[in-house]
Amino acid sequence: MSKPERPIDEELKVLKEKLLEMASRAEEQIATAVRGLRDREEALACRVLDREEAINLLDVEIDEMCMRLLALRQPMATDLRFITSAMKISNDVERIGDLAVNIAERTIELLKAPQLKPLIDIPRMAQMAQDMVRDALNAFVGSDDKLARNVCERDDQVDQLNDQVFRELLTYMMQDPGTISRAVGLILVGRHLERIADHATNIGEDVIYMVRGQTIKHHVDEVGRATGLKGCPGGG
Amino acid sequence: MKRPARKKIAQALGFLALRLAMAVVLAVLILLLGDIVRKGGGAISWEFLSQAPRRGMTEGGIFPAIVGTFLVTVITAVLAVPLGMSAAVYLNEYARQTRLTRLIRLSIRNLSGVPSIVYGLFGVILFVNALRLGTSVLSAGLTLGLMTLPWTITAGEEALKTIPDSYREGALALGATKWQTIRTNVLPYAVPGMLTGTVLGLARAAGETAPILFTGAAFYLPALPKSPGDQFMALPYHLYIMATQHHAILKVRPLAYGTALVLIFLVLGMNMAAIVVRYRLRKKQR
Amino acid sequence: MTSAETGPKIQTRNLDFYYGPTRALKNVTLDCHDRRVTAIIGPSGCGKSTFIRTLNRMNDVIPGTRVEGRILLDGEDIRAPEVDVVELRRRVGMVFQKPNPFPKSIFDNVAYGLRINGWRDRRRLDEVVERSLRGAALWDEVKDRLGENAFALSGGQQQRLCIARSLAVEPEVILFDEPCSAIDPIATAKVEDLIEKLKTRYTVVIVTHNMQQAARVSDYTAFMMLGELVEFGRTEKIFTAPASRLTEDYITGRFG
Repeated sequence: MSKPERPIDEELKVLKEKLLEMASRAEEQIATAVRGLRDREEALACRVLDREEAINLLDVEIDEMCMRLLALRQPMATDLRFITSAMKISNDVERIGDLAVNIAERTIELLKAPQLKPLIDIPRMAQMAQDMVRDALNAFVGSDDKLARNVCERDDQVDQLNDQVFRELLTYMMQDPGTISRAVGLILVGRHLERIADHATNIGEDVIYMVRGQTIKHHVDEVGRATGLKGCPGGG
Repeated sequence: MKRPARKKIAQALGFLALRLAMAVVLAVLILLLGDIVRKGGGAISWEFLSQAPRRGMTEGGIFPAIVGTFLVTVITAVLAVPLGMSAAVYLNEYARQTRLTRLIRLSIRNLSGVPSIVYGLFGVILFVNALRLGTSVLSAGLTLGLMTLPWTITAGEEALKTIPDSYREGALALGATKWQTIRTNVLPYAVPGMLTGTVLGLARAAGETAPILFTGAAFYLPALPKSPGDQFMALPYHLYIMATQHHAILKVRPLAYGTALVLIFLVLGMNMAAIVVRYRLRKKQR
Repeated sequence: MTSAETGPKIQTRNLDFYYGPTRALKNVTLDCHDRRVTAIIGPSGCGKSTFIRTLNRMNDVIPGTRVEGRILLDGEDIRAPEVDVVELRRRVGMVFQKPNPFPKSIFDNVAYGLRINGWRDRRRLDEVVERSLRGAALWDEVKDRLGENAFALSGGQQQRLCIARSLAVEPEVILFDEPCSAIDPIATAKVEDLIEKLKTRYTVVIVTHNMQQAARVSDYTAFMMLGELVEFGRTEKIFTAPASRLTEDYITGRFG
């Protein structure tokens, strides 16, 4: 994206900035939601609910902008891949925002009862998911397919952590059925965080497609083998 | 948008100058024609057109001269038209644009500027003496034909140039041969233009004196030519004699003006015919 | 867009073309697949028109030009001495940039290619003229005025007439040299529609300066620059994820 400025370049820059703003808001939502749960502060959970709308509005705005660019500029090649990726990414980020809200809602429920146990793994998961979202967006902005691939690989760690949380809470429930509703609440929080990581992974995959022009979805392990530029008849 | 006054005035002056120039040309033409019609009109009669001159050309008509001019023009056309058109087709459609073809083209342009007396002398040498055709209708016609050739070639080439290349390419792309393309998709549209130029050339030839002076035109010959080998009378030469050489020059002046009138109308008629033919052909194609 | 692969109909191998000392095509090796549309795009002067005109040897008529390399039609070299160029052009038809109907009636335009082949039977001519005009999606618009001069048609109709004219001689390949550059968008849409239909029976090669058009009508796209073939591939690949940086820059409008 260096070379001479084209009319579309300015618009793409604006689009990029909007996506970044949306992503940083989503990231903050995760952080706030999980902090509310860990520190048992209802005000934080409520703040998450309040700030949900801004992300949804950005999503709509980005979608409209992409539609307009597609219709009016008829972008090709990298421009086309950038814009279609932006649409998908904004969708993912919007879902991430929804999941943060879900965590906040669980928190409000959980706060009605005494704490089941001090939280360690869930905040760790939250941190990992948050990092993945940030890195995925950084990869998008910098067209960095290596970083994007790295994000995709981290998904497994989050999944493992989630399994661990689930098993731990299962033992609580088996020992004392009175803990069931609270344990299920925490299990769901873990599940939400795991979903957030999945969306970050989707973003990573989109970034890899955007950069390389190759779809690697649904078989992430082949990313490493996906070759770079292929030769063409006649040569460059 | 308003244009500055100075520019307006300049434009008005420019147009005025152009109109004046045209008016001068028209005025001269009208004066000339008017003078000839006024002085020669009285001489025109059926007798004048249909009878041979009598009494040392002081009486009678100019019929042999009309026939002679007609015959010599036919021979001119027979030589100049097919040859000129073929040469034009060759030069424009077949010949590669090399230095040689450019030289040929330049020579042709120059030939059309050669004074007609030079053609006359060339005709004497080539047709009258070398080819032993004698002073005759044939020699004179061939000489005029030679003189007309550069005109017909140039006119033909110009006409062919106006045919867009897309007609040629279109036909070639459909699998037409080069000759098919020229015959069916170039010549039909070029012929009107070619004809116009050719007829103008012929009209000019019909009015020439110098080339026929030594090659076949007779001073006084009340009989019509019986074969292409005979001498003949021709309108321009007859006029020349009546106007400058006749022993009773003042007495025959009205006859001279009458001859001039006939010659002018003959040439004018040929030009009109060319215009009509072109118009008809164009209309058929639209 | 058709997905199945078909065999090559036209192949060029190391094709060079010279206008005098200027090398206008450099080592172009390309396959045009049978009954598929191949688009050739590139900045002005990249040799795309020169290339397409070598395929039916239309460049032969330009003095001072020279071709090197091989051009194969169904595997046979079209420049071999025994090949009749007239026959070649019958098999490989061409539609030009500007509609170039002949100043004849609509009927005579379409019948032209047949008549120069000696067709005289009016009934057979009628048949083929109708079939060709239908093939060019023009029949319904002109069937009641076949005797009218072709110049009376609109630009878009004239271009379809030219397509009908080339269909009449039953070619195997049709070359389009920027066929829509002189007609309006509606007429362009009709011609594009037509090209889409034509490829069920004919191999189509189209030169266009309009990338969207190449994207819309073609199955394969070749990008040329300065006489060289930079990239060739399936159209969807070229326009979504070209392999070459040059192609990328061109189709995203960074130059050209």
